[in-house]
Amino acid sequence: MSVQVLTYIFVILTFGLYIGIAIWSRSTSTNEFYVAGGHVHPLANGAATAADWMSAASFLSMAGIIAFEGADGARYLMGWTGGYVLLALCLAPYLRKFAKFTVPDFIGDRYYSRRARLVAVICVIFISFTYIAGQMRGVGIVFSRFLEVDINVGVIIGMAIVFFYAVLGGMKGITYTQVAQYCVLIFAYLVPAVFISIMLTDNPLPMLGFGSTMSDGSGVFLLDKLDGLTSDLGMTAFTEGSKSTIDMFFITAALMAGTAGLPHVIVRFFTVPRVRDARISAGYALIFIALLYTTAPAVAAFARINIIQNIDGIAYSDAPAWFGKWEDSGLLAWMDKNGDGKIQYRGGSALSPTKPVFSASEGPSGERQLLNEATSSANELYIDRDIIVLAHPEIAKLPNWVVALVAAGGLAAALSTAAGLLLVISSAISHDLLKMSFRPEISEQQELRIARISAAVAIAIAGIFGIYPPGFVAEVVAFAFGLAAASFFPVIFLGIFSTRMNREGAIAGMMTGLIFTFSYIVYFKFIDPASNHTENWWFGISPEGIGALGMVLNFAVSSLVSKFTPAPPQEIQDLVQSIRIPRKD
Amino acid sequence: MDTSKDAYWRANVKLMLGLLSIWFAVSFGCGILLFDYLNQFKFFGWKLGFWFSQQGAIYFFVLLIFVYVWQMNRIDRLFGVEEE
Repeated sequence: MSVQVLTYIFVILTFGLYIGIAIWSRSTSTNEFYVAGGHVHPLANGAATAADWMSAASFLSMAGIIAFEGADGARYLMGWTGGYVLLALCLAPYLRKFAKFTVPDFIGDRYYSRRARLVAVICVIFISFTYIAGQMRGVGIVFSRFLEVDINVGVIIGMAIVFFYAVLGGMKGITYTQVAQYCVLIFAYLVPAVFISIMLTDNPLPMLGFGSTMSDGSGVFLLDKLDGLTSDLGMTAFTEGSKSTIDMFFITAALMAGTAGLPHVIVRFFTVPRVRDARISAGYALIFIALLYTTAPAVAAFARINIIQNIDGIAYSDAPAWFGKWEDSGLLAWMDKNGDGKIQYRGGSALSPTKPVFSASEGPSGERQLLNEATSSANELYIDRDIIVLAHPEIAKLPNWVVALVAAGGLAAALSTAAGLLLVISSAISHDLLKMSFRPEISEQQELRIARISAAVAIAIAGIFGIYPPGFVAEVVAFAFGLAAASFFPVIFLGIFSTRMNREGAIAGMMTGLIFTFSYIVYFKFIDPASNHTENWWFGISPEGIGALGMVLNFAVSSLVSKFTPAPPQEIQDLVQSIRIPRKD
Repeated sequence: MDTSKDAYWRANVKLMLGLLSIWFAVSFGCGILLFDYLNQFKFFGWKLGFWFSQQGAIYFFVLLIFVYVWQMNRIDRLFGVEEE
């Protein structure tokens, strides 16, 4: 059967499964809608957290980024897993004991301030929408490439599915669909990785395979071979980085603290019954995540070898069918600079500007003609990093059903994260903005109805992002983590570990961290993008890593301000004491 | 022994700081600051610094959380603050 038919079968089967689960686990109260009634088993919560967390970025983009960046890609691997250690040790158990519904709930109550709650609500909504835009792009790529439907139709189908289980099911529905989505996505990620690992190294475990010798009988270690190939083609050797140590340090720190401060992840720990369940479910979540995160760098190394060996030096007319299909989607391009009809893959970017701009006509070999200027590099190939995971099974000539499975996995990753984010947005509006701030008189049934309406509106807005993708999606992803690191992580941490931290300190710290991080990113990404280079960065820290400095400023300012302002009221100090003790008092 | 809530909190913070220093050492230490230095050593088919940054740190993270869970449950019981 063709890839397209198989993809349809897998997508219909998995979507049917998600809808079935949604009907079975409908929410009937606000408690169920926001936190699944607080009685999710820790193992189920671990799997749901893993699916919630691993987005289109983890599933589709990360291995592709590492494939091209080599050693520098480690910032994502360490940053996006190390945050769970902070979450498990410093935040999750205490937030569970606090036993409310949302992150702004904690900030508003702990700092006895409606203003602090509103600042938190704005951050939650901004961070979550930034993130959703990326998910919708992932859904669009998968649909347009594998089902060959219009991207817009794909996005609308995705929206309809999420609408069904997020609006009906709330947190309860989302939790159990996420468990199913985790199973689909991890299976879809591991199967091709195992196949390719056996092909290249004879080792069925990809995380060990990429430290093994090649299966071609040469006895050479795979990574040594890859270092040799990349160096020969004039690229940075795979296991050597090109980013400065200080930048790597700050980006990794920002990603870790950002992960621990992301509201849609934190809120998952409100759904388990006890404090000890919150601790262990963070452990389960990280095991589930590590399964993909230790495989991703292996997939990256395998993909780089396969691209070099299967593409470089091949005549365009002999290129496999997938090459032309990805060209059609605009995510792959070839410019025959030396006119020999063969594809040369070398160091440096092939095109100027970097992203391909196609004309309507065909080139001499039948390729899509480009309007870009040629760069001085001998490289003729443009590959979008987002296609590596999807294209790799075809590059490695795996059976069609594996290719289709990966498409279904990519959709599971994107949809599960989108649903978690939508729920956070809807509870921020119905619970924090209306019930707790402006309209405290509404009944629970009214609050539940508003929660459903705001989830529906949020889905519509997310869909518009998918159909008219803002050009700045990639640029603003740094925002989500930077802002979470510079705002939420310090105020939540201090709210637990310092009884003395007060309203004035928290608000001053949060505003300092936010404004500093926001301005730095906006300056380098939007106001003066031309100056976005190491020599202009403060201390050599890129906008991607500046959130870590914003976090340090937040800690410093809030500690200083709280020293010179009155201590929090006695009942708040008692609250802090009580969340530190697991047993109910 | 002192079984007050303050003593419980001190034991908790001490455990947390101990585990976080390992967390820092394997990721920021071995994976970033000592990356180039450790890369002169070979660990199976990997350069050692590269292994820490792309594999090792993650294995340590998982281990750290489970040690934390196990030790905290013990401390909870020791101070009589465990949940029913």
